Amino acid sequence: MSYFKPDHEIYRRRFSRNVGVGVALAAFVILSFFLTVEKVTQGNPMRSIKGEGFAVTAEDQAMKDALKASQGTTGASN
Amino acid sequence: MADTSMTETQMARPQIAGTQTEGEPGFSDFVQLLKPRVMSLVVFTALVGMVVAPVHLAPVSAFTAILFIALGGGASGALNMWWDADIDAVMKRTARRPIPAGKIAPGEALGFGLTLSAISVVMLGLATNMLAAGLLAFTIFFYVVIYSMWLKRTTPQNIVIGGAAGAFPPMIGWAAATGSVSVEAWAMFALIFLWTPPHFWSLALFMNSDYSAAKVPMLTVTHGKRSTRRHILAYTLIQAPVALALGFTPIGGWVYLATSVVLNAGFILGALLIVRRDEATAQADKYRVEKKVFTFSLAYLFLHFGALLVEAVLRGLA
Repeated sequence: MSYFKPDHEIYRRRFSRNVGVGVALAAFVILSFFLTVEKVTQGNPMRSIKGEGFAVTAEDQAMKDALKASQGTTGASN
Repeated sequence: MADTSMTETQMARPQIAGTQTEGEPGFSDFVQLLKPRVMSLVVFTALVGMVVAPVHLAPVSAFTAILFIALGGGASGALNMWWDADIDAVMKRTARRPIPAGKIAPGEALGFGLTLSAISVVMLGLATNMLAAGLLAFTIFFYVVIYSMWLKRTTPQNIVIGGAAGAFPPMIGWAAATGSVSVEAWAMFALIFLWTPPHFWSLALFMNSDYSAAKVPMLTVTHGKRSTRRHILAYTLIQAPVALALGFTPIGGWVYLATSVVLNAGFILGALLIVRRDEATAQADKYRVEKKVFTFSLAYLFLHFGALLVEAVLRGLA
């Protein structure tokens, strides 16, 4: 009997099940990672690679722009 | 879920006489538990429902949604196999499934199905939205509890009402993309819902002895084959305008309509041939026409959804 390849049917089935579970878990981890990246970068993975963290919705961005614009106006008047 | 017409025996969890789980199940046995061929239909129709929607998901979310809709469908298949293990063991068509074949213990199938159902619903909700997750959870509940546990063993209308379970995937795909359910999603649902009875009844015509042996009250067993043949024709006639109507929604078009006209003409012609045959003629040629109509009905559904996909591509190019 080979050390690495048990020849009994029961070991073969157990091995195939363990490999299957391992691959499924690895795939789940990879999928969760990429899903998270997509969610936090609004579908733009390059933003994640550049370290530009969390998700910004269109509404958030509009509010930020409006705030920046009003601060700019206030700064200019001062 | 309890129904007064159901006896205690029917409600009790099925016992599989003479089945022993020998050794350990391999990975492929668990894959078989997911009913891969049914999953292919679920994947395809859900994908079409998602692609034809006016709003599109980001790629990873879309992939995750399709994957977990498919796994949710597979999980309901595993739970169905757990509950129906006693009838599967009697029927020739299903006797080699993992539980009646003794490859997987019923408890393992139950645990596998429940765990996978929960993971699928949660992951679909996280990847897309709560409506899509809720629809997937309802589909699993409908297939396992309403169809498998209740309707299948109690009424010849089992396949008519139970067909709704198979009709939900394109609606889930649509809901995953849009976050809502509109007339187009209902039209796709109606197409599969009305397609299911003639599809399964044409199968039942040449697999009747299986259902009879398992005491499953299919229409062929309770009302006879003559009546089943008439029912097939009636449903194909009702199905045709519903299939064509989908062509007049925003996701339809000329390609879909032309495809649908040809396919419905073919299905009605097949149903007419079935209704004109008697049992002696069918037995003499080993149900040649019934088998052809069954195979044609598979192509009918795939080509209808394929045409919707073509329409979506054409709209994208325009």
